Amino acid sequence: MAGINRNAAQIRANIIRNKRVGQYHQLIINIGDLAQTCRPGNFVAINVGGESSRMVLRRAFAISRVSTNSVSGGTMELIVAPHGQGSKWLCAQGEGAILDIVVPLGTAFGIPTEPVQVLLVGGGYGSAPLFGLAEVLNAKGCRVDMLLGASTASKIYAPMEGKRAVNSLRIYTEDGSMGQTGRVTEPIAGLIQDLNIAVIYSCGPMAMLSAIDAITRGTDVVHQCAVEESMACGIGICMTCVLPVADAEGNISMLRSCIDGPVMDGSFVQWDKVGKVL
Amino acid sequence: MTALDFSTTLGNAWFPAPTFTASGCASSGRELSQFFDIKTMGGVVTKSVMLKARNGRATPRMAETPSGMLNSIGLQGPGIDAFLAKDVPFLVEQKARIIISIAGETVEEYSTLARKLRSVSGISAIEVNISCPNVENRGLVFACDPEASRRVIDGVRRTIGGELPIIAKLSPDVTDLVSISKGVVEAGADGLALINTVLGMVINLDTMRPHLGGKTGGLSGPAIKPIAVRAVYQVHAEMPQVPILGMGGISSGRDALEMIAAGASGVSIGTASFGNPTAVMSIQNELKDLLIAKGFTSLRQAIGYAHRPESE
Repeated sequence: MAGINRNAAQIRANIIRNKRVGQYHQLIINIGDLAQTCRPGNFVAINVGGESSRMVLRRAFAISRVSTNSVSGGTMELIVAPHGQGSKWLCAQGEGAILDIVVPLGTAFGIPTEPVQVLLVGGGYGSAPLFGLAEVLNAKGCRVDMLLGASTASKIYAPMEGKRAVNSLRIYTEDGSMGQTGRVTEPIAGLIQDLNIAVIYSCGPMAMLSAIDAITRGTDVVHQCAVEESMACGIGICMTCVLPVADAEGNISMLRSCIDGPVMDGSFVQWDKVGKVL
Repeated sequence: MTALDFSTTLGNAWFPAPTFTASGCASSGRELSQFFDIKTMGGVVTKSVMLKARNGRATPRMAETPSGMLNSIGLQGPGIDAFLAKDVPFLVEQKARIIISIAGETVEEYSTLARKLRSVSGISAIEVNISCPNVENRGLVFACDPEASRRVIDGVRRTIGGELPIIAKLSPDVTDLVSISKGVVEAGADGLALINTVLGMVINLDTMRPHLGGKTGGLSGPAIKPIAVRAVYQVHAEMPQVPILGMGGISSGRDALEMIAAGASGVSIGTASFGNPTAVMSIQNELKDLLIAKGFTSLRQAIGYAHRPESE
C-alpha cells in the first residue's frame, strides 16, 4: 500500500484565469513552487461553496497541465465541466478568487525511459490530463497518437494547442456529431497492431477503461489508466474511493484510488469486481 | 495573556488538549501527519479495527448530503495483527497519544481484541465501537441492544483489567440512549463516545435505487450536530461523573465549545477532516481562543457549563 503523495500541501491559491471553452471551463490557478512537483495524472482537491456552504466535501479534479515559468510563477490548468453543485460553484469563481486547495495528490502516469509508440485514449473531459501528458511524452521522443471519444460533439475537449504534441488525433462520437461515429475503443485493437503500440494511457469513464483492459489483456501492451471513483477526502483517510486491485501474487485488496491511484496498471484492476463485495 | 489549562482526562488518561480525531475519519493518522504534527492534538482515535483483515462494502460508499455525507465503508481494515505491527509503532514514533478503536461481530471477538491490546505499550485508552452488527443475534447492532452492549463491555473490562480506560462508542439510533449509557457504565466503561453516525439513505434518481452499495449509510457532518449535542446533554445530565468524548458534525471551535458545554470532556473531529485536512488543528486553536475570550481559566470549568443552575 502506497502513502499519500509526499509533495501534497494545503495552500490558498489564486484563480488567474477562468475561461469558458465550449461546455467546459479552463481554470488557471497559481500554485507557486508546487507546480514543480505536479506530474501528469496527479489531481487537486478543492474546497467548494465558500464558508457557509452546505457542501462539506472537497472536489477532486485532474490537473490537465502545469507551467513552471508563466508570468505569474507556477500555475496549473484544470478543465472543469459545470454539472454538479461543486463544479458549478468553481466555474462561477472569477479571476482573483482565492481557493483552498490540496495539491498534488495521487499517483502519476509512468513515463517510459526510452522513446516508444504510445496511444492516449480519453473519454469526455477525461481527455484533459492527456494533453499535458502528451507534451511530456513528446519531449521524451515518444510517438504519441490520441483517440478522444464522447457521446456527442459538445462533450469533446480537444484544444488547438493541445494537438501540437500529438502525431495524430482521432475523434469518435456515439451520435456521429463529430469525427467518426462509434465508440473510442473500437479502433484500439487495430492501432496496437498497425502502430506497434507499447503503452496505452487512458482517462475517462470506468466502462471505457474496462473495455481497454479487455483489449490489452494477454498482450504485451502496458495499460496505464486513471480511474474514477467518488471521493470524500482525496487524502486517504475516508476509505470511500476504493476499488479491487490484485498485487503481484494475485491477492486482491480494496485500494484507495486517491493514494494508490488514480493512475493504476489496468491489468491489476479487477474490473469485473468493481462495485461488488469481495 | 490569560493562562488556560487546556488539558482533559478520559478515565485515568490525561491529554494536553481536548481535541481528537474521530475513529474511521483519520485512518491511522499517517496521512494527516503530512499536514500537521499529530502529537500537538489531544490524540488520535484510530479507525475501528477488527480481528481479521476485512474488505468492507461495495462501492459507491459515499454520498454527499446537505451539510453532511453518508458513508458505508463496512469497517475495511488490515486486522488487529497487521494494525499493531504497522500502524501503532508509527503513532508511537510520532509521540501521538493513541486511543485504539476496536470492533467485533461477536462478544467473544471484542474480548479477543482486548487481549491483544493488553500488552501493547503507548496506548492511552480503548474505544469499543459497538455500533456493529451482532452476527450471533440476527445482525442486530450491539449498541441498539442494551443487554448485548453490556456483555461486550463486560467482556472487554474483564480481559483488559483495571488500568486502561474503556470508552464505549454508542449509536444515536436508539429510543433511550441514557439507559444504554448507564448499562455500559455499570458493565465497566470508564467513558462514552457520543455519537456514532445516524443511519440514513439516499436514492439515486438515475438508477431509482439506493445510491450506496450497502444501501444504508451513516450520516455525519454538521447535519447531525444538534442530535449529538442533545445526546451529550441528556447523558451528562444523568451521569455528570462519566467523561464523554463528544462528536457529530464538529467543524469549528464554536461547535466544539457547544459540545463541551453540553457535557463533553473532549471532542472528536471526523467529517470536517475530509473537507479540511487541518480541521483538527484549526478547531483546537479556535476552541482555545474562545475559552479564553469567555473568561474560562480551564477547559474543565466549561465541561457541562450549560447544565448550571438558573441562578448562576
